[in-house]
Amino acid sequence: MPTRNDRLAQLLLVVVFFGGWQLATTVGWLDTFFFPKPSDIAIQIADWIVSPDFYKHLFTTLSETVLGYVIGTGLGVGGGIWLGLSPRAAFVLDPFIKTLNAIPRVVLAPLFVLWLGLGIWSKVALAVTLVFFITFFNVVQGVREVNPAVLANARILGASRKELLRHVYIPAAASWILSSLRTSVGFAVVGAVIGEYLGASAGLGYLISQAQGNFNPTGVFAGILILAAFVLLIDVVLDFVEKRLITWRPKVEQARAT
Amino acid sequence: MLNPRSRVELEPVPVAPPQTKVAIEGLKMAFGDYVAVRDVNLRVGDGEFLAIVGPTGCGKSTILNAIAGLLEPSGGSVSIGGDPVAGVQRRIGYLFQQEALMPWKTALENVEIGLTFRKVPVDDRRAQARAWLAKVGLRGMEGRYPHELSGGQRKRVQMAQALITRPEVILMDEPFSALDIHTRHLMQSELLALWQEDRRAVVMITHDLEEAISLADRVCVLSAGPESSVVGDFKVTLDRPRDVAEIKLEPEFTELYRDIWSTLKREVEKSHAYAK
Repeated sequence: MPTRNDRLAQLLLVVVFFGGWQLATTVGWLDTFFFPKPSDIAIQIADWIVSPDFYKHLFTTLSETVLGYVIGTGLGVGGGIWLGLSPRAAFVLDPFIKTLNAIPRVVLAPLFVLWLGLGIWSKVALAVTLVFFITFFNVVQGVREVNPAVLANARILGASRKELLRHVYIPAAASWILSSLRTSVGFAVVGAVIGEYLGASAGLGYLISQAQGNFNPTGVFAGILILAAFVLLIDVVLDFVEKRLITWRPKVEQARAT
Repeated sequence: MLNPRSRVELEPVPVAPPQTKVAIEGLKMAFGDYVAVRDVNLRVGDGEFLAIVGPTGCGKSTILNAIAGLLEPSGGSVSIGGDPVAGVQRRIGYLFQQEALMPWKTALENVEIGLTFRKVPVDDRRAQARAWLAKVGLRGMEGRYPHELSGGQRKRVQMAQALITRPEVILMDEPFSALDIHTRHLMQSELLALWQEDRRAVVMITHDLEEAISLADRVCVLSAGPESSVVGDFKVTLDRPRDVAEIKLEPEFTELYRDIWSTLKREVEKSHAYAK
C-alpha cells in the first residue's frame, strides 16, 4: 500500500510535469502547435464532457470494445477447448493458426471496413481478431495443463465427457482466461480505436482522427487523455470482476497467473 | 447355497473364505519397449486389505492404474467381482498420492462430486457430503477451498470424496507419503477406523513397510523394476482393531518386519544397482 508520502510524491510528479509543460508553452520554449497548452487541453476535455455528443462517441467505443471482447473471448474459448482436447486437429491446424496470428491485425482493418461498412461491426471484427488469439492460446494451454491427477480422479468418480468439460476443463481454463483478461480487454480497446481512426463516423478514435484532420493537436491530446482514463476505468471494473470470479485461488497470485 | 425354503431369493451371502474381489492374472504393463511389470498374479478377497511394497520405480502404480482402468494392460487380465476391467471403473475409489481435489470447488463440492456425477438429487448429496466431512473431522470446513486447507485436511477431503460413492474396491497410491510423520500416523489410524466400519477390499501401494504391516492383512513384495513381479506374499496376523501407534512395539510386528524386509531389502539393493 502506498503511504501518504508516496501519494504526495505522485501528486508532485503530476504538478511538475504539467506545470513544467504549461510554463514551457507560456514562455515559448515549446511550439503550441505541436504541444498545446495543458490548460487548453483541459478546456477541450471539459467542452467535450458537457456536450451530449461526446457520450455518443464514448458509448460507441465502449460497445465496440465490449462486443469485440465478448465475441473474441467466446470464439477463443470454444476453439481453444476444441483444439486443446483433440491433439490431432491441433496438429493439422497449427501452421494455419500460426500464419493467421503472424498477420499484423491492423492491415485487416481496411478489409473489414470494406466488408462490414463504416459502422461499429468493422471495429468489432478488428477487436475480435486481436482478442481471439490471446484467449485462444491461453485456453489451449489451460486445457492441456489440467492436472492429470485431478482429471483421473474426476473420471474415476464417474464424470462423463460432458461433465469433465464442465467440472474440470472449463474451470481450469477459466483461470487462464481471467489471467489474460486485462491483456485482452486492452487489445479490444486498441482494435476498436484503430478501427475508428481508420474510418468511422463515431467513437473516441474518430474524435482523435477528426482533430488531427483539422490540425487541432489540442483535440488529439484531449482524446488521448480521455482514452487513458477510459482504459483505467475498465481496469478498475476488471479488478472487481476478477476478485469476485476466482475466489478459489490463493490470495497470493500463483506464479503461472502472470 | 440357497436355502430351498427361503421365500425370497436373496443374494448369496459370502461366507468365509471371502470371495475374490479383484483378480489379476498374468498382468503385463509395458510402455513401448519398457516393460514395467510382468507376470503379476494377485487376488484380493472381499474385505481384504492388501498392501503392495516395492522399491521406487518398480511399477507399483501401474498395477493400480490397471485395476482402475486408467491404463490398459499390455497382457493378462484384471477383473473386479468377476467382471473384466474395460475402461475407467466407477466401482472403485482411488486415493491419489498427488493433490487430486478440484481447486475451484469447496470441500463440500469436492466431496459431493461423485454423487453429482451419479445424478443424486442435490439435497441428498449435500447431506451425505456434510456427513462425510464430519466423519473425517472437517465439520465447519465445508465452504473452504483446497488452498485454504492444510495438507492433512486436503487428504481427509480426498478420503471422503473417494469413499462417499461406497466403492467396492479402494485403491490407494502412497496416499500419505507427502504428509509429515505425525499427520501420517493420525491419518493412518483414521483410515483404519473408517475401513473397519465398512470393510471393503483395499489395495494400497506404499514404500513404507511399517505402514504396510500396520494397516494390511497381507503384504506383497514387488521386485525391482523393470519387469517387476511379485516375489513375496506375507500374511499379517496381527489382531484387529489395531492401534497404529502402538502396534509397532509388538514382538509379532518386529518379526514380520524382519521377514518381509529380508525379501524387500534384496529388491531395494537391486534397484539401487540398476539406477547406477
